[in-house]
Amino acid sequence: MAKKRAVTAKKKAAPKKTIDAQDAQHAVEQFLFRQAEFLDRKRWQDYIDLFSDDGVYWMPASPEQTTWDGTPAIFAEDKNLMTVRMKRVQHPDAWSQRPMWGTNHLVGNVTIEKASPNGDLVARSRFHMMELRRDTTRHFAGSYIHHLKKTPGGYRIKLQRVDMVNAQAPYDYVLQVWV
Amino acid sequence: MLHERIPNLAKLVEPDRVHKAVYTDPQLFDLEMERIHERYWIYCGHETQVKKPGDYYTVLVGRQPMIMVRGAEGEVNVLYNRCPHRGSMICGDVHGNTGEFFRCSYHAWTFNHDGKLKTIPMMEAGYAGTRWGRDNPDCNMKQAARVENYRGFVFASLAKDGPSLTEFLGPAKIAFDDICDRAPEGEVEVVPNCFRVIQNSNWKIFLENQLDALHPSVTHQSTGRAAHQVEKMIEKKTGKAPLSYHMLSAFATVTIDKWDNFQTINHPYGHCILTGYMGLRPQDPDTLAYEKTLTQAYGAKRKEEILSTNIHHVLIYPGLSVQSPLQQLRAVRPLGVNKTLTEIWHFRLKGAPEPIYRRSLAYYNLVNSPSTMVNADDLENFWKIQVGLTADGGDWVSFARHYGRDIEKNGVVETAEGMGTSEAPMRNQMKAWAQYMMAEK
Repeated sequence: MAKKRAVTAKKKAAPKKTIDAQDAQHAVEQFLFRQAEFLDRKRWQDYIDLFSDDGVYWMPASPEQTTWDGTPAIFAEDKNLMTVRMKRVQHPDAWSQRPMWGTNHLVGNVTIEKASPNGDLVARSRFHMMELRRDTTRHFAGSYIHHLKKTPGGYRIKLQRVDMVNAQAPYDYVLQVWV
Repeated sequence: MLHERIPNLAKLVEPDRVHKAVYTDPQLFDLEMERIHERYWIYCGHETQVKKPGDYYTVLVGRQPMIMVRGAEGEVNVLYNRCPHRGSMICGDVHGNTGEFFRCSYHAWTFNHDGKLKTIPMMEAGYAGTRWGRDNPDCNMKQAARVENYRGFVFASLAKDGPSLTEFLGPAKIAFDDICDRAPEGEVEVVPNCFRVIQNSNWKIFLENQLDALHPSVTHQSTGRAAHQVEKMIEKKTGKAPLSYHMLSAFATVTIDKWDNFQTINHPYGHCILTGYMGLRPQDPDTLAYEKTLTQAYGAKRKEEILSTNIHHVLIYPGLSVQSPLQQLRAVRPLGVNKTLTEIWHFRLKGAPEPIYRRSLAYYNLVNSPSTMVNADDLENFWKIQVGLTADGGDWVSFARHYGRDIEKNGVVETAEGMGTSEAPMRNQMKAWAQYMMAEK
């Protein structure tokens, strides 16, 4: 009798789980789209606020790297360093930041790689970014891996790993903010 | 002949100003490549970039595509990246391992690591009775005329005559002594990552900027101030901000008048040493532990000498900037009269504790990576200079700051006390440039 009840319970749980997964998929996608939108609208503080207090934005120098700690990186920034970058970009005397400059991010191919019972997630996605600075167009593309913490206020990024396909190519001018 | 091509070469450089053509004229650029970069010592790479036999790195020496390769006997060779058969490049990748020999992808000619011809497929059938064969040196991959290694740093000269590497470097070799001596084992090891950044400007503009002590507080003030604000905020919260914030905030806290306290020492061949230390010898436990390993390795007196070496960085003309106290190096590869590639490396001090490496890494990531908040403003200036120089609004570039006040002794020009922002390095570089350029052989 007890055995039978257990089976029934499992059967009932199955559709609920699917709905949870769909919810999570939707929530993560919305989160990633919102993050990209903050970048393209230059809402830097909102962008930084998506990170948890111990969060790190990391763009490895090469795809083999497994940790940001102690290895060469194109970006390895905690919230404090991100704040330096924001304040610099906003500074009236940041000469190089004056020219017309805009970006457009497209994010897609979102998959949830790992889901913990507490709601924390690891999500993988792909991005393509087009940038215009003065008269020059550049393209950067690659993958994101987001380690997301579930909090009452929504997801917060514990680690965002950004692997650009053209990370090792020569840079004609720099990356001014996060990609 | 030269004077037919460029009739006013001698008139382009005056003691306190140069003609804009030296930055914008493509004919002059070709002559620079011929008479400077393809004649004098050019940095190819560090020997730890090619550890195992067959390991190679491709590198531009002047306009010449070259290969730096580790041979079977442990020697480092520098070869022209060209097959003697039909001229194809032998190595198409930036770096790799070629195995026991090079093999051309076009007709399978093979070569030893020193460039010597190994085999031509069906050599007898195809080449008997012709001038081509193993005995003809024209069938080898050509070697750089001269290759020398100073404390692991490999240079090539494409001219068979000229000063030796150490003669050429002169006192500027302190760049390599300082970087190596700071290691308890007396050697450094490259961290295998090269950031490559293109500058849309003439190669000399970068060299001049490296020793321009006046520009940081103007050019980099936004980054300096932003970092200073956050540094203060962290200090308020936790008492102490990481050293990396100081690396950036110094651009704001060292105000424009204070940069005159730096000094440049200008040497023959255009080399220059910029003194001034960025407070990188704090008395925290990590530094003290490091100092202890140095004392064990060298003794207390020598340790003190090493750590008090007063260098901000060293410019080795015509294409290398070394920041020895932070183990960084930038190699300058001219790509055209208005386009320059920089290759940026950093090193580990062998035998030093990990936290000391972390300082070098922090600087590499913050200042020298492609997301740099510092060089971003330099690159902007370089491009503006290059475009501005094409304007007919004037013909001359001025290097007159503190002109006539430098102290010259035995061919070495030092800036006077309190005049560290003297444009002596630019004057010295252009004086050397004129000497290089006027020497027909």
